[in-house]
Amino acid sequence: MAAANGAGRILAGGTDLLVQMRAGVVAPGAIVDVKRIAEMTTIVEELGGFRIGAAVSAAVIGEHERLAQAWPGVVEAVNLIGSKQVQGRASAGGNLCNASPAADSGPALVAAGAMLTIQGPKGRRDLPVEKLHAGPGRTTLEPGELIVSIVLPPRPARSGDAYLRLIPRTEMDIAVVGCGVSLAFEGDVCTSARVGLGAVAPTVLLVGDAASALIGSRLEPDAIARAAAACRAACRPIDDKRGTIAYRTKIAGVLLARATAIAAQRARSH
Amino acid sequence: MSKIHVSAVVNGEPIEYLCDPAHTLLDVLRDQLGLTGSKEGCGSGDCGACSVTIDGRLTCACLVLGAEVDGMSIGTIEGLAQGDQLHPLQKKFVEMAALQCGVCTPGVLVAAKALLDRNPDPSETEVRYWLAGNLCRCTGYDKIIRAVLDVAADMKETAR
Amino acid sequence: MSARQFKVVGTRPNRPDGADKVTGRARFGADWNMPGQLTGRVLRSPHAHAVIESIDVSRAAALPGVKAVVTAADFGEQENRIVPAGEMQVNLRDVTRNVMAREKALYHGHAVAAVAATSDAIARDALKLIDVRYRVLPHVIDVDDAMKPDAPILHDHIRTEGVEPRPTVASNVAKRIDFAKGDVGKGFAAAEVTIERRFRTAPVHQGYIEPHACLASAAEDGQVQLWTTTQGHFQVRGFCSRLLGIETSQIRVMAAEIGGGFGGKTVVYLEPLAIRLSQKAGKPVKMVMTREEVFRASGPTSGSVMRVKLGATRDGRIVAADATFAFQAGAFPGSPVGPASMCSFACYDLDNIKVEGFDVVSNRPKVAAYRAPGAPISAWAVESTIDELAQELGIDPIDLRLRNAAREGTKTHYGPVFNRIGLVECLEAAKASAHYRSPLKPGAARGVAAGFWFNVGADSSAAAHVGEDGTVTVISGNPDIGGSRAALAMMAAEELGIPYDKVRPIIADTASIGFNFVTGGSRVTFANGLAIINSVREVIGECKRRAAKLWEVEPDAVVWENGEVKPASTNVGTFEPLSLAKLAASAGKTGGPINGHSQINAQGAGPGFGVHVVDVEVDKETGIVTILRYTSVQDVGTAIHPSYVEGQMQGGAAQGIGWALNEEYIYDRNGKLDNAGFLDYRMPVASDLPMIETIMVEVPNPTHPYGVRGVGEVPIVPPMAAIGSAIARATGVRMRDLPMSPPRLSAALDAASPRLAAE
Repeated sequence: MAAANGAGRILAGGTDLLVQMRAGVVAPGAIVDVKRIAEMTTIVEELGGFRIGAAVSAAVIGEHERLAQAWPGVVEAVNLIGSKQVQGRASAGGNLCNASPAADSGPALVAAGAMLTIQGPKGRRDLPVEKLHAGPGRTTLEPGELIVSIVLPPRPARSGDAYLRLIPRTEMDIAVVGCGVSLAFEGDVCTSARVGLGAVAPTVLLVGDAASALIGSRLEPDAIARAAAACRAACRPIDDKRGTIAYRTKIAGVLLARATAIAAQRARSH
Repeated sequence: MSKIHVSAVVNGEPIEYLCDPAHTLLDVLRDQLGLTGSKEGCGSGDCGACSVTIDGRLTCACLVLGAEVDGMSIGTIEGLAQGDQLHPLQKKFVEMAALQCGVCTPGVLVAAKALLDRNPDPSETEVRYWLAGNLCRCTGYDKIIRAVLDVAADMKETAR
Repeated sequence: MSARQFKVVGTRPNRPDGADKVTGRARFGADWNMPGQLTGRVLRSPHAHAVIESIDVSRAAALPGVKAVVTAADFGEQENRIVPAGEMQVNLRDVTRNVMAREKALYHGHAVAAVAATSDAIARDALKLIDVRYRVLPHVIDVDDAMKPDAPILHDHIRTEGVEPRPTVASNVAKRIDFAKGDVGKGFAAAEVTIERRFRTAPVHQGYIEPHACLASAAEDGQVQLWTTTQGHFQVRGFCSRLLGIETSQIRVMAAEIGGGFGGKTVVYLEPLAIRLSQKAGKPVKMVMTREEVFRASGPTSGSVMRVKLGATRDGRIVAADATFAFQAGAFPGSPVGPASMCSFACYDLDNIKVEGFDVVSNRPKVAAYRAPGAPISAWAVESTIDELAQELGIDPIDLRLRNAAREGTKTHYGPVFNRIGLVECLEAAKASAHYRSPLKPGAARGVAAGFWFNVGADSSAAAHVGEDGTVTVISGNPDIGGSRAALAMMAAEELGIPYDKVRPIIADTASIGFNFVTGGSRVTFANGLAIINSVREVIGECKRRAAKLWEVEPDAVVWENGEVKPASTNVGTFEPLSLAKLAASAGKTGGPINGHSQINAQGAGPGFGVHVVDVEVDKETGIVTILRYTSVQDVGTAIHPSYVEGQMQGGAAQGIGWALNEEYIYDRNGKLDNAGFLDYRMPVASDLPMIETIMVEVPNPTHPYGVRGVGEVPIVPPMAAIGSAIARATGVRMRDLPMSPPRLSAALDAASPRLAAE
């Protein structure tokens, strides 16, 4: 990578890179295939949580039963990336590094409080996933750095997560809005919450105000309404071919309510 | 950039080729190996007409570099029939008119086989979502879905 | 006629090209190659509207590996002359400008130059070395903007046709047309209820999965061979002959298997460029469009703005109908506003009708035919308004249509009087269907709409050859786009009285059979069927003459029955019947090979009607529409191969569902198409749809020996209005602009909710 002098590209699943190459958007001087690096292509259980190699395909993530049990929201988000064909190749690491604010893995990983392990010329460092994106197509990675793995924390008792996205069709679309919610409860009271929103701002958002509205509540309609309002308030979307500002803002609230209900249901049965 | 040497197995046959680093597996299959059954409908992984398997895993050949598959096993539509025997899916597609123009058909068949290899008894919804990455503009999918479900039912019958 | 007992017609045999198509063996447009071939690529305009001041190709031509470069200078000027192309009319002056921009680039993606090189990479590099100087002009995209007096003018020579007195200033409105029947003024005066509504549709693409592709080989002696994916290889030959100044007999066009067309492959894009490049390079040239090029520079069909006004009595008799349709034609005149205007009220037997249409150019790709060109667009407006009328009158939407339905003897507003047609039968079948009688799921609602397409006949040539073993080859000249080969072989087998598998159909190239009009207008099974039946009848006549000769009896003393010649009666004598095999074996002694030929201009294509029923559910928070159940009812004349007839009914419905809900061309401020790919041009995927139920109503076409009617186009006409009406009934909100995509429907629901809440 260093030798390519900035013109190098990492090849994981290739489902974004090859499309960009074909469209003439990028013309890499060198392509480095990372799919033969063991720690980037395996899932290990570690300290009660999971370490997912950045190049592990969505299909393999979807087939990992204990991971799907612990973090169903993260797994369903990763399994919404493209078709079955795309899932055979696409990786969560690649999905993050492509740095689309609409990437499905983003909001779910942000909600889950995932950490990234990053390898660079100066060694390794950890980074909260919500700090990765700098803007559409841009990351905070230094030249020569790459994501090695994604670390999901242990799943606390009575907790659950969910990811929902809105797309015009039932499959094969980019999220118009994506919303990840992760909740934990003591009794009926929500004790911790994280909310990630995608496709409503230049980067995936961690919506602290929405989480605050939920924490301490029993998810009463009023609390949900306040959290939905916080999501709408956090939106800084654009009008584009996939949706309008008004629509995205409205849907952010709708999805918050729906994803919260699913996450709560999962927490109760956890 | 100079060409890259690749050894792979295609439809059970060991094969070697020299590959332009920028060429996709689909370019290699169609232009170098003469396997034109895989079609290019979009070149961006959105239509599924170039569906193949790599080490048993379904993917789009247009999303894979020709240089990536060294040491791997590729399955294409040309490998579906065994000798002069059509695969049950192929037979059923013809019998049930599950194709009109036929250009999406190779990809649909490769994808449907990958589904049945994994899940021999899928529901209609499972077939529809599995095949969501295979665009067909002619049939409205009805006869495709019925044919796949029919093959699954036949397989169940035979297994009894 | 319906009493006729068929042996082969109406069965469901395997299609002759089936094995090839499920094994990857079938060769589509991009699957043809020749030794030493070059790759051709097209340079396209980055501007929606610009004067081309100069093109310098010298740097590209000098790039090693580049063997030829062409620009508009390589194609002669064409006269201002209209010729038929599929279901559309095209002007040769415009066609040559569409395949290669001359004075101006008229849309983003318009071809301005092309190269042929020894590799695709070199060809792409060469495009970057072509220096085009543009003077960018203001552009106009939408039809109503293009009609404004101060709109940027695309063509200085266009004066609106059909307006008296003839205008003296240039306009983007190329043509005004009108149709009238009775007196709408009087009709509306008698109306107890009047409804007037406005509608819009977005341009949509045919969306065939196979991009345009061809391989041209021009030899030094002037002969040209061309392999291409097309709905009409004779049409391709004709266009290339005219555009390139080559005699038709010097061009041989082979139709590849075609990966979908839906009307979009009835014109030429790459073929003239590939031939000219091949002539200049002295080598074969292969050209394949990318998906992005397909969206930017081929198809689509028109966007529109429309107005419909209906007047009716309280008991449901429609007494007046008045409509205006303005269609965007793309960069050159020739939208399907004509057929749209004619089809608009064709489902109804009304005394007073007035229709006005406008053909409008704007800076988008020139529209091409798309399945029943124009009819789905006007049906969206008319059928939606009919449904509102049904709601207003409190009449069941099928009953309202039955009350006003066209029947045998109905005189249309565009002229013809209908022969035997099946709309009433379709409405009755829809009403009696299990679907229509089923209770609705809570929260769901049901919509209904009808649709019409003329169907066409036109020119067909065919031949039937008896092989030396008595099996038969039937030869026709239309690319098989959805199973027509099977239907043609079945009709030949039926007529001959022999099994289907003793007949093999082939599609001959332009040098091997006489002229055939394009695969379009739902004409092939009807018109080529007639030609095949006629050529088989010649074979039968010849067989009878041969047998009579062998038996030394008069030819009228023998008959043809079940694939054999027999004496007409015992009076003739006692002779063993002669099968095709026996006759073929002795053909050398009785007069040589046994063949039949036919060339016709087929008249009397039976009009087609359909009625669709759909149940939808609307997520009122998100505006997402789910199709719960769908039934397509259609008068199919006689279903030769019922599976492929059903396939047409299902496929057309699915395309209509896409058109209704999500498909549209989206432009940015610079006039650049923003969704030129399958990711954001959202055609239905398998998980979007339910099974599409079909009810085939068979009202035989009296002018065809087997009662065939075209079936391919009708099914795309009703879906949008059926879905829109179901949404209106589910939500109380009537959508009048397509597509009814989630953001749009959601905005409409939100806008209506204060009103609904107040009610």
